[in-house]
Amino acid sequence: MKRFILSSIVLIFFMMYSLYYRVAEQPAIPVVPPKNNPNPSPTATTQPAATNAPAPTGTPVTPTNTPTLTPRSGYKDGIFTGEAADAFYGYIQVQAIIQNEKITDVKFLQYPNDRSRSIYINEQADPMLVQEAIRAQSANVDIISGATDSSQAFIQSLQSALNKAK
Amino acid sequence: MKQTRIIWDMPITIEIVGQTINRNDLEHIFTYFKHIDSVFNIFDESSEMSRINKGKIRKAKWSTEMKEVLALCKKTKKETYGYFEHERNGAIDPLGIVKGWAIKKGANKLLEKGYTNFYIDAGGDIQVHGHNKDRQLWSVGIRNPFNRFENVKTLFLTGCGIATSGNYIRGNHIYNPFQTGKPVPDVVSLTVIGSDVCEADRFATAAFAMGEKGIYFIEKIWGFEGYMIDQKGIATYTSGFEKYTQPKNLSNQFANINL
Repeated sequence: MKRFILSSIVLIFFMMYSLYYRVAEQPAIPVVPPKNNPNPSPTATTQPAATNAPAPTGTPVTPTNTPTLTPRSGYKDGIFTGEAADAFYGYIQVQAIIQNEKITDVKFLQYPNDRSRSIYINEQADPMLVQEAIRAQSANVDIISGATDSSQAFIQSLQSALNKAK
Repeated sequence: MKQTRIIWDMPITIEIVGQTINRNDLEHIFTYFKHIDSVFNIFDESSEMSRINKGKIRKAKWSTEMKEVLALCKKTKKETYGYFEHERNGAIDPLGIVKGWAIKKGANKLLEKGYTNFYIDAGGDIQVHGHNKDRQLWSVGIRNPFNRFENVKTLFLTGCGIATSGNYIRGNHIYNPFQTGKPVPDVVSLTVIGSDVCEADRFATAAFAMGEKGIYFIEKIWGFEGYMIDQKGIATYTSGFEKYTQPKNLSNQFANINL
């Protein structure tokens, strides 16, 4: 009975949401809005950020901080070597360095190797990522890649929220 | 020949070009995808996945497909420091992997049947082979997370897979396993290109759960490129990504084509 009620609530929520979705002009902006964001929320335009857009190739950015992955709490400080894991082209083996219960660095002890292009990942250097403002491009493409357009995902998300409300 | 069906609650498109096509071969792939749905769909009470989650099937009796997918989930979790999570609330949900895994299987079936120029697109996770009808690399647009009718990047691909994780379609469905209950707000879209769609899908899922650090992870692992869009509309991409924006590039080391 309880399950029936829960399923009905989920279904009703979904129907109401679908109705709202059809009425609204634009798809919903990401559910959690940014806090204290000086820039306006993105709308129909594709350049919601700065007016002086960088060159299309973008400006190389070298991040100054080594990213920290937040693990589950309760890790001991130290250096920990993982098992070698089969990564399809070869093995990956990493070593995690933990300080103050946070992973502060991860080193690759083993990584898959390409015959023609050997890459050594230098853990001292920050990765060279590039940034740009997004801009509308030709719609004349063979295929489009976007996040799953699935109502199941919505139901799953909502169901887990309702589970917490129990 | 191009066909689209709704399976797994999403549009799945298969297009084959450049040679005589037997329609039954396309149907065979769609039938396979429906079969996968009946095995893994957690919203279907009679699926093997649902029955396993209710404790009704012991491990020794799990199907080969189930064992293969769950082993891949475990492997992915290890390779991504736990950011790929397939267990939630005591139940298994392999959604982040099954789609890419099944598309890859479908593509292999087409290759076995002798087709060399085709793609399979399931809800934006795509595997491409050979060339399009104009004998060019397949052109793939990355959807604008803020406007579903626009693309913000055009890529030219063959012999690889591409997957996009995002939280802009009807709610957040990727969770940070280290902060349960909190969806990941900073990144709205992460696109990953890998040697095939199974690889791209599993790492896109995990890297998306890492938030803005996910793109660093993609940069660090060999053989993948990524394009991340944040909620301000700024994209960050990996150092080897740009080659895919060139229409004539043949830099994909997994390609085996005659253009």
